[in-house]
Amino acid sequence: MKYLFIWLVVFSVLVGCQSSLSPDVLPMLGSPQIDQNGDSVAHTIPDFSFVDQDSNLVTNETFAGKAYVADFFFIACPTICPKTAKQMLRIHDYFKDDARLELLGHTLAPKYDTVAALNRYARNLGVSSKKWHFVTGDQATIYKMAPEYMNVALEDSDAPGGINHSGYLILVDKNRHIRSFCNGTDPEDVDRFIKDIEKLLNEK
Amino acid sequence: MKNSIACLLLATFFVWTSCDQYPYQQGKILYTNFCENCHMADGSGLKALIPPLAGADYLSKNGAAIPCIIRNGIKGEMTVNGITYNTEMAGVERLTEFEITNIINYIHTSWGNDLPIVEHLQVREWLKPCEKNVKPF
Repeated sequence: MKYLFIWLVVFSVLVGCQSSLSPDVLPMLGSPQIDQNGDSVAHTIPDFSFVDQDSNLVTNETFAGKAYVADFFFIACPTICPKTAKQMLRIHDYFKDDARLELLGHTLAPKYDTVAALNRYARNLGVSSKKWHFVTGDQATIYKMAPEYMNVALEDSDAPGGINHSGYLILVDKNRHIRSFCNGTDPEDVDRFIKDIEKLLNEK
Repeated sequence: MKNSIACLLLATFFVWTSCDQYPYQQGKILYTNFCENCHMADGSGLKALIPPLAGADYLSKNGAAIPCIIRNGIKGEMTVNGITYNTEMAGVERLTEFEITNIINYIHTSWGNDLPIVEHLQVREWLKPCEKNVKPF
């Protein structure tokens, strides 16, 4: 009888570990929020409305029923962006024919990265706005979205290109929750991320 | 006597192991620091945005222009392997002619490239058209 308590603890630890280590379900990332009913819900990407390289309006509805990979960049970025773009392109090519996934790149320099500039950029990358949206909009609104996607974006005259930002790629599910992320400059981390995307798409 | 033989062996060993190393180590490090973000670790560039260095016909066709491009950057259209690129490249003015030579030789001997080795006196000549920034050492 006196061991029952110990066994109970061992049992609950095992069960607890099992569910969190379950290989088939990705975790919900970010800080949980409290909804109107006082319930705790996973961090949720708020409403947004931007314009892409073909002047299409891009909102949460654009990704209704779909998962998407989001990142932040700017065309003249001399540091991490080309490497990150190369990895986004890998993800784009890998899921090219899978309509369940799209890509969303936010420019951090909307003053220069106009619709026309983004259009040329996308054409030179050889991608279409049906799959990969490069969006621009009000600068302050875009910068406010970065932390929602666990990214940092700050104007900084000391940083190369004038903007200090992180190159994380963020996987958002069809319920607007963040399910995985990776360092967009590290091809091996992106390998793992691609597996996570497949896992998410195979979720029921 | 024993000591001097040991010294000789040790010296031979060091020379042998250092010769075994990749000859353009400085070029590789400088490439990683100043070029790799855009031209990529494998020299592949980025689609029609950033031209490749691996297998690029531009290197053999315009070899004499490369040192000035590295030092001062380049603007406007350029054609590499039949694709037209138009992304501005920033130069790295602080590089010396020796450093530029080492970067070029790293590029010339990497990723399957098999281009002739350039010498720094040749690079010094090629840098003359953009002499305003000359920094020999």
